[in-house]
Amino acid sequence: MRLTDTLRFARDAATGYPLRTALSVLAMSIGVAAVVILTALGDGARRYVVGQFSSIGTNLVIVLPGRSGTGGFNPANAITSTPRDLTIDDAAALRRASAVSRVAPLAVGTSEISYGGRLREIMVAGSTAEFIPIRNFELAQGRGLPDGDWNRGDSVAIIGATVRDELFGSEPAVGKLIRVGDRRLRVIGVLKSVGQGLGMNTDELVIVPVALAQAMFNSNTLFRILVEAKSRATIPLAREQATEIIRQRHYGEEDVTVITQDAILATFDKLLGTLTLGVAGIAAISLAVAGILVMNVMLVAVTQRTGEIGLLKALGAPARTIRLAFLAEAAMLSSVGALVGYLLGQLGAFALRQAFPVFPAYPPDWAVIAGLSTALGTGLLFGVMPARRAARLDPVQALMKH
Amino acid sequence: MALIELTGIERVFQLGDATVHALAGLDLSIDAGEYVAVMGPSGSGKSTLLNLLGLLDRPNAGSYRLEDRDVTTLSADQLARVRSERIGFVFQSFHLVPRLTAAENIALPMTLAGIPLKERNARVARALVDFGLDKRADHRPDQLSGGQRQRVAIARATIMQPALILADEPTGNLDRHTGEEVVNLLEALNASGVTLVVVTHDPTMGARARRQLVMEDGRLQSDSAHP
Ligand SMILES: Nc1ncnc2c1ncn2[C@@H]1O[C@H](COP(=O)(O)OP(=O)(O)OP(=O)(O)O)[C@@H](O)[C@H]1O
Ligand SMILES: [Mg+2]
Repeated sequence: MRLTDTLRFARDAATGYPLRTALSVLAMSIGVAAVVILTALGDGARRYVVGQFSSIGTNLVIVLPGRSGTGGFNPANAITSTPRDLTIDDAAALRRASAVSRVAPLAVGTSEISYGGRLREIMVAGSTAEFIPIRNFELAQGRGLPDGDWNRGDSVAIIGATVRDELFGSEPAVGKLIRVGDRRLRVIGVLKSVGQGLGMNTDELVIVPVALAQAMFNSNTLFRILVEAKSRATIPLAREQATEIIRQRHYGEEDVTVITQDAILATFDKLLGTLTLGVAGIAAISLAVAGILVMNVMLVAVTQRTGEIGLLKALGAPARTIRLAFLAEAAMLSSVGALVGYLLGQLGAFALRQAFPVFPAYPPDWAVIAGLSTALGTGLLFGVMPARRAARLDPVQALMKH
Repeated sequence: MALIELTGIERVFQLGDATVHALAGLDLSIDAGEYVAVMGPSGSGKSTLLNLLGLLDRPNAGSYRLEDRDVTTLSADQLARVRSERIGFVFQSFHLVPRLTAAENIALPMTLAGIPLKERNARVARALVDFGLDKRADHRPDQLSGGQRQRVAIARATIMQPALILADEPTGNLDRHTGEEVVNLLEALNASGVTLVVVTHDPTMGARARRQLVMEDGRLQSDSAHP
């Protein structure tokens, strides 16, 4: 039998029994749609986190006080009870490192802000001029923190977009005097609104000079030091140099943790990538189930159409032709199911993206290809047994079943 | 020349402990172009004989030569090929594929044999006219009368231009009048040279054949060619 005739014969057979065809197509399409939607979710989460994390800066190396568990046991740390604090001078010293392009110390705390009788709780970040460029923030109005001596705390502030809206409404904010805690500060800039992101939401942030922040919170320690390496390639060197400089300044004790944005990114990437893979695997189980359903449907078809198989044999169809006809039917059920499932899945992913615009819910290509080929593969695989059973039927016996 | 030569054919069925000799020591020779009626009581082995002649079944012993070729040793696929090219079947219960139209049912043997669509269409169109079915080409079997269904089945049996047509009680499901029409069709085919073997319970139909075989317990009880 010619290929086109085999396909037409299989198609007519499939459409001749609409209920069982619809059921197998449905099962297969649910399986494929599950793969597409779930991996779109998983990969969307990965992309979202990675994107958010990349946006906090480029080539970032972060120094935090205290030794984290990594790096093994260090007897020098065992003796010291509390780790030495990070200071503005520590941060300034890091500027000497050859692999470092910019450095920003960061002190944080909460306080109250008021203007014209309006009052609200805010987060205060104390830093220097380079904080805004390092963190990839952008100014909507005004200018950034003044350059110059880090230990001089001018009475100026840069406010986030939400703070601006709530305190000033439609009035211009730059140049106005506000009260933060017990200090009067002049607003010199307003940050661009960025909406929801990972970590601190800059829309509700007030940035002040680091020395001023320390004075306000009555402490001389830093929360973090943000270091920007000169290039991606120099990140490891910048990390080494930062560790060494702080160690020297802290009398040979390694009492800080230096992490790189790259390493964190890679970890998240791997973690969420594995998660997506796992989710795809779970969804693939539904594909296997759909394959088994197709097999059962085909076995029923062979039983239902025994008389017809006998007739085909009487009319001179060799075993191969009958095998191919039934295999083609199984393949058709699963490929139509796969196609419908793919469309449903893409539709679902589209709906997800419409509902959550910040969430890039696109199914990864590998998942789509793997999902479709698993569907076709299981369909064919589970179609083999019924097809062989049909081809092996004894023609006389089969003809009697009519 | 003999089209069919059976010698010492045995066909045994095992039914639990009992062995049924459906065909026993059967010798039979049928020439090309003959018109043979096979009669006999129920269970005498008529259908078994016809299945054997049609290569749907194999004997347990004996030899079957079809067109001077020993067909008992052929493989399943070789048998299928011989069926496709040399043998046409007509069944009591028509055996049409319910989802296919009359035209598609008639074309089915050609489709299975891989004959190109163009030639298929031409031959089906001719057959539809020949069998008075040209107005029914697109009807499915459930939209046809019994007589029309059997005409479709006969058209299907002849579409590959076989040498031999085997009909197992072709009028068994038809009323007298339509049965008569079907027999006329089959006889016209025989008149054009096709060998025709018909199993029938109807004595008047059997009497119309040029040769009558009567079976009893798997054996030939009488053969009008060798009285
Ligand atoms: N597959 C089978 N298994 C067991 N016994 C069988 C089988 N096929 C036929 N027989 C037996 O072989 C004998 C001949 O059967 P066959 O069908 O040839 O009879 P028949 O002459 O066609 O009868 P009828 O006129 O009723 O159609 C019967 O006894 C039947 O029971
Ligand atoms: Mg019978």
